[in-house]
Amino acid sequence: MAGHNSGADTYYVPEQSKLALALATSVAVLILGASIGLNGRTFGESSSWVLMYVGLLAFVVTLAVWFSQTIKENRAGMNSEQLKHSYVLGMQWFIFSEVMFFACFFGVLFYVRNLAGPWLAGEGDKAVTNLLWDGFQYNWPMSTTPQEAVGGVASQVPANTGTFEGPKQEMKWSGIPLINTILLLTSSVTLHFAHVALKNGKRRPFNMWLAVTLILGFTFVAFQAYEYYEAYNHLGLTLDAGIYGSTFFILTGFHGFHVCMGAIMLSVQWLRSTVGGHFSETDQFGFEASSWYWHFVDVVWVGLFLFVYIL
Amino acid sequence: MYRHAKQLWQLAIFPLIAVVGGFSASVVAEPERWEVNMPVGATEVSRSIYDIHMLIFGISCVIGVAVFSFMFYSLWAYRKTKGHKPATFHDNTTVEILWTVVPFFILLGMAWPATKTMIEIYDTKDADMDILVTGYQWKWSYEYLREDGENIKFFSALATPQEEIYGSSGKNENYLLEVDNPMVIPAGKKVRLLLTANDVIHSWWVPDLGVKKDAIPGFVNEAWTRVNEEGLYRGQCAELCGKDHGFMPIVVKVTSPAEFDSWIGEKQQEATEIKELMAQNFSLEELMERGEAVYQRACLACHGANGEGGVGKAIAGSPVAMGDIGNHIDIVVNGVPGTAMQAFGGQLNDLEAAAVTTYQRNAFGNNMGELVQAVDVYNFKKGGGE
Amino acid sequence: MGEHHGPATGMTRWLFTTNHKDIGTLYLWFSFAMFIIGGAFAMVIRAELFQPGMQMVSPAFFNQMTTLHGLVMVFGAIMPSFVGLANWLIPMMIGAPDMALPRMNNLSFWLLPFAFTVLLSSLFMEGGAPNFGWTFYAPLSTTYAPPSVTFFIFGVHIMGASSIMGSINIIATVMNMRAPGMTYMKMPLFVWTWLITAFLLVAVMPVLAGAVTMMLMDIHFGTSFFNAAGGGDPVLFQHVFWFFGHPEVYIIILPAFGVVSQIIPAFSRKPLFGYDSMVYATASIAFLSFIVWAHHMYTVGMPIAGELFFMYATMLIAVPTGVKVFNWITTMFKGSISFETPMLFCIAFVFLFTIGGFSGLMLAIAPADTQYHDSYFVVAHFHYVMVAGAVFSMSAAVYYWLPKWCGRMYDETMGKIHFWVAFIGFNITFFPQHFVGLAGMPRRIPDYSLQFADFNMISSVGAFIYGGAQILFLYNVIRTIVAGKKVDDPKVWDGAEGLEWTLPTPAPYHTFTTPPQVK
Ligand code: HEA
Ligand code: HEA
Ligand code: HEC
Ligand code: CUA
Ligand SMILES: [Cu+2]
Repeated sequence: MAGHNSGADTYYVPEQSKLALALATSVAVLILGASIGLNGRTFGESSSWVLMYVGLLAFVVTLAVWFSQTIKENRAGMNSEQLKHSYVLGMQWFIFSEVMFFACFFGVLFYVRNLAGPWLAGEGDKAVTNLLWDGFQYNWPMSTTPQEAVGGVASQVPANTGTFEGPKQEMKWSGIPLINTILLLTSSVTLHFAHVALKNGKRRPFNMWLAVTLILGFTFVAFQAYEYYEAYNHLGLTLDAGIYGSTFFILTGFHGFHVCMGAIMLSVQWLRSTVGGHFSETDQFGFEASSWYWHFVDVVWVGLFLFVYIL
Repeated sequence: MYRHAKQLWQLAIFPLIAVVGGFSASVVAEPERWEVNMPVGATEVSRSIYDIHMLIFGISCVIGVAVFSFMFYSLWAYRKTKGHKPATFHDNTTVEILWTVVPFFILLGMAWPATKTMIEIYDTKDADMDILVTGYQWKWSYEYLREDGENIKFFSALATPQEEIYGSSGKNENYLLEVDNPMVIPAGKKVRLLLTANDVIHSWWVPDLGVKKDAIPGFVNEAWTRVNEEGLYRGQCAELCGKDHGFMPIVVKVTSPAEFDSWIGEKQQEATEIKELMAQNFSLEELMERGEAVYQRACLACHGANGEGGVGKAIAGSPVAMGDIGNHIDIVVNGVPGTAMQAFGGQLNDLEAAAVTTYQRNAFGNNMGELVQAVDVYNFKKGGGE
Repeated sequence: MGEHHGPATGMTRWLFTTNHKDIGTLYLWFSFAMFIIGGAFAMVIRAELFQPGMQMVSPAFFNQMTTLHGLVMVFGAIMPSFVGLANWLIPMMIGAPDMALPRMNNLSFWLLPFAFTVLLSSLFMEGGAPNFGWTFYAPLSTTYAPPSVTFFIFGVHIMGASSIMGSINIIATVMNMRAPGMTYMKMPLFVWTWLITAFLLVAVMPVLAGAVTMMLMDIHFGTSFFNAAGGGDPVLFQHVFWFFGHPEVYIIILPAFGVVSQIIPAFSRKPLFGYDSMVYATASIAFLSFIVWAHHMYTVGMPIAGELFFMYATMLIAVPTGVKVFNWITTMFKGSISFETPMLFCIAFVFLFTIGGFSGLMLAIAPADTQYHDSYFVVAHFHYVMVAGAVFSMSAAVYYWLPKWCGRMYDETMGKIHFWVAFIGFNITFFPQHFVGLAGMPRRIPDYSLQFADFNMISSVGAFIYGGAQILFLYNVIRTIVAGKKVDDPKVWDGAEGLEWTLPTPAPYHTFTTPPQVK
């Protein structure tokens, strides 16, 4: 082991830390603020988001302090090999939990498309259901909701609550989504190049490849924003467009959010390398963790591209 | 085959069965106090279920007795105070394989009859008649789907008076298990139930029929029953559905087919009469009287006995009840989407809707002095449906 | 590095601590506070159900009590109590200096008090607290929910985050921090059960987060996941919830299995009969727990193929669980058994949990569940496994390890009194619930018809006795901490095995800063 990063021989246990309590408090403020804001918006006349922003700010700041502290500790040589491995395990299992989070929404999509949808239209085991939604035909994307099939909100059939107007048009896979797929897949490759460069101790190519990855990532996000704009303004594909809109936005939305998180994480690593000169051939966990995350987000996208857009 | 097995088990654990099972030996009895077992019930399905229940209960008891005897024997025989020196053995492959495999086969023995009964429960084919059962917060509606298209529909709500629930006045024998209009079915006929709900999930459960099926809003579930013995069978909503979940009982009245037919006739008669009534105009007093009845049946649960509100907003002094009539009718007919205030347009006939609206505008100190007639609601519905 | 600090003084010791023992203590006290609160809600439920008619609370409030009782007990009392135990014991059992990620450990804890403050404060909000049951089925929990549901949703989110972080920490600790020579198959069973539990948690907590997120979207953003009018399905919610919910009940019971597997050999003075098969049985239970979820939904009208599949899979769980039970009693066989309080609780555990398991097996039989479902029979079942299972084993654990934690011995007589009051009170409370359930009493109702009156009254009396037992418990623990007889023998119990018993008593603030060598 080389340089200032050589492992300490005892497992470093910080004596005390104010960080955890600070982070927990800011999270509490954040969710209180979000609840108050949302409830005001949905159930009340006015809503205030001040508390939420205060919490969010505190959250981000605390998180930043927290990470910078762990980075400092590592650079001060306080982390033994064993401790480093703990971080590795932590990140891996965290990604596993994220996998399960997305699995949940893919499961939902599967259920809606293969079971609930057909039942509503009078196919399959619960075909009698069509008694309620006379005239409803199932196809995916669901462009006419059961509610529309029976004559809209005002129609006096049981369980006809809410207002759902199906999209005028579906989201095609061949346009932006295809471009985005290419962007994201490429970015995984460039990220891998960056990783190889770092392992070989070549900092310039590392910085360069990482920058390319970031550009690809942000372009993805920009395209996706544009896609949402299109969906809302031209396709009538909105959150209240029935189950197609619901599943579309929850899957692509959480994915997009994760891309943003990944991109921010990678940006930090880029800054650490370019400005701070961090990382060495053997010590690069911050970057590695972010890159695993990025690859994970990439894999999720492939699933999305298949099941949300193409099939 | 399995019936023999069952008898064997019952013999083997006779004392336990006698204590626990013996209480309910009588068929279709009115529920008794100190009842400790599942009712045998009045249908083939309920009896199969009962048999399976006793079978698995019996098996569990036998295994339990064996396991616990061994445990308590060990505790007693190898207690330290007796000075027993501990053995040091551990692991024994034969034993371990045995206690994995034997339970597995016992389970197979249970799965077999269970599967058969399950298939029976799901066999909704070839029914003699269909009834669409809809759960509402907090009442049931029964719609008899007639071949002639003249469906009969009515609501069935708790009939126990509030004083019995809240007051100190004595509680009658069928406390909380009585309704204003029971569901009536003919004896010996296979009745298919189509279950759905208007608002949240309810569950239609009558233990004596061996039927429990959830009523899911927006979906239709199927169940069936065939009861041979005439009588009253009582049950309750079995899925938490909000405030008055404990107060939406079910009563099924099984009559002779002849009696059933005349009952159907009466119901159809009633429907015609109501149609005629709707064409008339009523005075304030008449509307108030009808409206009060409707209010107490349909609205009181949420809006309070004195219009003071509760789950729903207060009616006394309400800006809606004291404001634009059209808006008021709109809320009664279409509800307030996204809240517990349902669309009553499909639940109340036009006269009832008119009466209750009139009532709300003139009761609880809302002295608006205005009348709403059935025809107003009729016109509103026609105009509002566009 | 390497200097040995004692604990900081004053409040900051607890607020800022990164020490696994301190955090364990925080978890344990927090969970006890939640147990009292959840228990108080249960007392309201039992008081209202003491006799027919509405006496004390309104039906609306009753539903809030049932809901909060379930939520607080499951998420506030039981789960954190076992995390507290894990924090205290796992590092000591595997010879580690602390948990793998100490600061995150503190964060996992501190999220909880906030989550539950938010949840409980909903009692004072307009429209009242969540009233849709701890299973919060849509659309009762979406379209028809009180506004406080938003607070509830975010509360569940951060509580889930806390669980996930706590579990990741445990996994990292077990995988990475074992002393040299401590192979996986040498780990104490408590560590094994927690490793598997942590895995379950990381796998299913995100799914719960997904479920509440979809609720949030349905309520505030106009989506229609659980609304047929827009093409969704209310039953979809139940599938997602129970995909989390069923593993959740094993999350509750597996650490309890671990505790019992430590204590029974200690007081039988004989090694656990089948260590390997215990490990495999635990893993099998965990695996099966992922494919049985719809046994909570036998009446929702699933296609019959699904119904049968879930029935068979559920029944299979009896096999590995049976292996556990048989192992415990064979461990007792030919031992040299003494009956200190922890052992009494463990014996009661084996006895009562098995009864609860049998009723579980009965529930698993789909056609019979037609009658059992949503009746008090289910309530009886899950209190047998959760109260006589999880809570009893937790009591056993506290009596067993308390001397090691604080260097003082509890009073054996008082421990025994606590045990007997709890044992008798528990059975009086919950045994009659089997009867009313079979006779047809639905759960979650504030009032019932007359034929259920007698058993309900008995049940309520039992509940007050059982509640009283908890006051005894609290008293015993506090008395031990402040005035118990001092012990300094590292091996408090002559039959106890394991690394934690090689440490001085009370366990020093920092242990195993240099790992021990395990042979
Ligand atoms: C600690 C928590 C815990 C545990 C361990 C269990 C264990 C089991 N549970 Fe339970 N259960 C709950 C907590 C738990 N449950 C809760 C909270 C609910 C209600 C949720 C709600 O709706 O609010 C519930 C509800 C519930 C239902 C749904 C009931 C309904 O709503 O209709 C079912 C149905 O299958 C079920 C089954 C089982 C089974 C088969 C086991 C098995 O694991 C039991 C296995 C054990 C044994 C069988 C005994 C020992 C074995 C032997 C001695 C071997 C030999 C035995 C034989 C071969 C028979 N449970
Ligand atoms: C591990 C979890 C756990 C635990 C420990 C308990 C503990 C208890 N539970 Fe239960 N319970 C659930 C989990 C749990 N419960 C769940 C998940 C539900 C389903 C909720 C739903 O339907 O959504 C439920 C539902 C439930 C019901 C059904 C409610 C209904 O359907 O409407 C009842 C009714 O008797 C009940 C009773 C009790 C009692 C008497 C205790 C006792 O063991 C509690 C004892 C503890 C104390 C009493 C606290 C300590 C002492 C004091 C506070 C001092 C004061 C004491 C006195 C005044 C005597 N619980
Ligand atoms: C299941 C509960 C429930 C029942 C039953 C119910 N209501 Fe309501 N009602 C509500 C709720 C909740 C609101 C408040 C809706 C809102 O948020 O605007 C409401 C609002 C109203 C209002 C508007 C009051 C105002 O000031 O805004 C009227 C009028 C009304 N209901 C009439 C009726 C009538 C007539 C009936 C019976 C035929 C009835 N309700 C039955 C729940 C109910
Ligand atoms: Cu309807 Cu419960
Ligand atoms: Cu389960």
